[in-house]
Amino acid sequence: MNLAAAVMSGFAVAFLAPVVHRAARAYSGWLLALFPAGLTLYLAGLAPAVWRGEALIAAHEWAPSMGLSLSFRLDGLSLLFSLMITGTGAVVLAYAGGYLAGHPRLGRFYTSLVFFMASMLGLVLADNLILLFIFWELTSISSYLLIGFDSEREKARQSALQALLVTGGGGLALLAGVVLMAQAGGSFEISGLAGAAALIQSHALYLPIASLILIGAFTKSAQVPFHFWLPAAMEAPAPVSAYLHAATMVKAGVYLLARLSPVLGGTDFWYVTVTTAGAATMLSGAVMAYHKSDLKQLLAYSTVSVLGILTFLAGLGTGYAAAAMAVLLVAHCLYKGALFLTAGTVDHETGTRDIERLGGLRRAMPLTAAAAALAAVSMAGLPPLFGFVSKEMLYEAGLRAPLHAAALTAVLVVTAMLLFAVAGAAGFRPFYGGSPSTPRHPHEGPPSLWLGPLLLAGGGLLLGLAPALMENAVRYAVLAAAPGQPVPLKLSLFHGLNTALLLSAASVLGGLVLYGARARLIRFGPARALGRWGPARGYEAALAGLNRFAAAQTRVLQSGHLRYYLLTVVGTAVALTGFALIRGGALPRQPVFGDVRWHEVSLVVVILASILTAVRTESRLTAVVALGVVGVGIAALFALFGAPDLAMTQVAVETLTVILLVLVLYHLPDFSKFTPRVGRQRDAIVAIAAGSLMTGLVLAAAAAPHSTGVAAYYLENSYPLAQGRNVVNVILTDFRALDTLGEITVAAVAGIGVFALLRLRPPGDKP
Amino acid sequence: MRSIILSTTAKLLGPLLLACSVLVLLRGHDAPGGGFVGGLLAAAGLTLRAISEGVPAARRAVRIEPHLLLGAGLAAALSSGLPALFAGQPFLTGRWLRVTAPLAGEIKLSTVLLFDVGVYMVVLGTVLLMVFTFSEE
Repeated sequence: MNLAAAVMSGFAVAFLAPVVHRAARAYSGWLLALFPAGLTLYLAGLAPAVWRGEALIAAHEWAPSMGLSLSFRLDGLSLLFSLMITGTGAVVLAYAGGYLAGHPRLGRFYTSLVFFMASMLGLVLADNLILLFIFWELTSISSYLLIGFDSEREKARQSALQALLVTGGGGLALLAGVVLMAQAGGSFEISGLAGAAALIQSHALYLPIASLILIGAFTKSAQVPFHFWLPAAMEAPAPVSAYLHAATMVKAGVYLLARLSPVLGGTDFWYVTVTTAGAATMLSGAVMAYHKSDLKQLLAYSTVSVLGILTFLAGLGTGYAAAAMAVLLVAHCLYKGALFLTAGTVDHETGTRDIERLGGLRRAMPLTAAAAALAAVSMAGLPPLFGFVSKEMLYEAGLRAPLHAAALTAVLVVTAMLLFAVAGAAGFRPFYGGSPSTPRHPHEGPPSLWLGPLLLAGGGLLLGLAPALMENAVRYAVLAAAPGQPVPLKLSLFHGLNTALLLSAASVLGGLVLYGARARLIRFGPARALGRWGPARGYEAALAGLNRFAAAQTRVLQSGHLRYYLLTVVGTAVALTGFALIRGGALPRQPVFGDVRWHEVSLVVVILASILTAVRTESRLTAVVALGVVGVGIAALFALFGAPDLAMTQVAVETLTVILLVLVLYHLPDFSKFTPRVGRQRDAIVAIAAGSLMTGLVLAAAAAPHSTGVAAYYLENSYPLAQGRNVVNVILTDFRALDTLGEITVAAVAGIGVFALLRLRPPGDKP
Repeated sequence: MRSIILSTTAKLLGPLLLACSVLVLLRGHDAPGGGFVGGLLAAAGLTLRAISEGVPAARRAVRIEPHLLLGAGLAAALSSGLPALFAGQPFLTGRWLRVTAPLAGEIKLSTVLLFDVGVYMVVLGTVLLMVFTFSEE
């Protein structure tokens, strides 16, 4: 098995999941969890090789002419991410089996979830930039399906669409940025760009490249002002919130920043933009989380805040920052995954998520309470959990920031205080104190609902007690994200008495104060106004504007009258082609005419006379016949100038057109001149303009030097390559057969269209 | 309205046009002609019949519903591209088979001919679908 097979097998399992569910029923979650667990073992088995400094590569061709290849690469950074994805995936699948037990669409849920996992795994393993983009958008799509899983509720559908538009829109910016970057750096492979950093950063388009890629990363990782989709995404079932919107998908932006910072980072623009966005996000996220009383909302905003910290660390670009980022990624995945799952369990067992209405649940749900407590301690950054190690390293990285170290560290400390209070509200408050009545009588859920959270939270404890377990994983992630920087190791719980420890103590004290004063502080908090006037308003306005624009342009362009459609189409063609013709200077000064013979002249006279007749006649039948004469005249011209195929076809087409027109005419009312004079003059102008344009085109074509390229190729190769002597037919059926296939499809659709318009009308609707 | 002149002419011309159309289709690869013109000629022959004898008579003459003809044509054109795919060549690359028949001598059978037959059927089907629908209104 190689990396490509590992990723692709996920998509296969995704579509098998409903079958597994139908067969295994109550055990389907456990059974499906075996797949990500197996992938985790496979990836862990590759770890020693990665930690020897090798990068594992699996590349297959896909569309080489577009720079697209199925190339996957496993290094320290992608190993860290993929282990989080598959490990949490196993926990979440098992949990989902219990959480949604008996749900009629559980099979479909598994499909979306495993589909997401495969896409996310592809995203962090892809070495080709286009491939990365494809997986990036696939995660957005699966996130859309999962947020909107409860599709009967309008709120769920709206939130799903919002998340899709924001992250999908960002994805398009990312695509543009990636294509520009590949052009500047000369490769679509990320590994191929490693040596091109100087080339790209001195490129004239560096600013647009970096900005577009940052928009992609910031929308995905919910950075201010794009953060609003993430709290709204809490409409999704709890396993989705834990998996996509805390542990993995929202970290794709951070992954991208870390992955590309060796190529794009190191400039002032990068440093300032990324750290500012990160700092703004961590602070505002923490403030908003502090003000929430809905368990999931509170956790969602705290996730926004942590994503801000991660972005900030990715922007710093130092070895310390990269190490702190790697540790925080793992710590956050463990504690936030656990907290979202326990929040789901609480919601599942009590029927409410409002922390003002919850309390004392530890008696009814001791195992869930234990998991929540462990996770909350880790989130608060207290020893001996992994969150503490993470916070120490975070302060260390802040203190060693290349610019504005003091101010940035202050922001980090304030954020940590707020997150401490939030951790208390999420992990302790529902489980301790008095027990108010809840909609449902609480009791401990089945193993699937407490084992997963307990495993994740326990992981935080294990890594906190033995942080050395993570040393290799962190070291090689740092080597990939910040190559050439000193790697600060060892990882340990106690670093000695230093500034970071003091700051840690200060933030714990501040956090305790904030936790105690929470009820009083949020009453006059600014968060309410922030919710009402935040950037979500801009999103709504933009959406409404788009709808209005669509309605307006439909009113203008879709008049429902054939004559106006014709006018628009012909007018546009004349204007654009005419402009290009004149500007390109293709019109010859002196048109070249060959020898004109008398029978040619007489044919032209007949054609002109018929045109005049068609325009001036009062009778439809005469007009149709006159047009037929024009067509046959042109067919005769074709024949005279040596194009028998064209002539034959033209005659046949003319004949049938006349018949069809006569059949249609039969149904029309008597002819009368409805169009006023002005309208007729306008039509005349458009018609003459169109005719002049065609004349100009023909003259330009005749004046151009005879192209020897394509025409000569067809003439020479028609028989040797395609075994046909009629070049026209060979072109139609062989050289350009795909075009012909398209044309006959259009013809077929037109025929069916006529049939559908006339035959499939609702009863009673006669023209 | 029935015209004796028209129906007599149609009886002679209709089959002639149909025969012509097949000839034009088959010789198209080496001489003027091909599926497109062939289809139009056949359509003209059958339209003549529809005008002189009425649509029901023309429908009986075709035997197949025009929209089925149209679909079958598309399917034929599409499937003519597949053999090349199986041989590892780009979609729609022509492939030939030369057969020596007892009387006719050497015959070139090819995916290109199948493609052209598809074009013929689509064109014939589309025109007939339009003509029949319009005249039955």
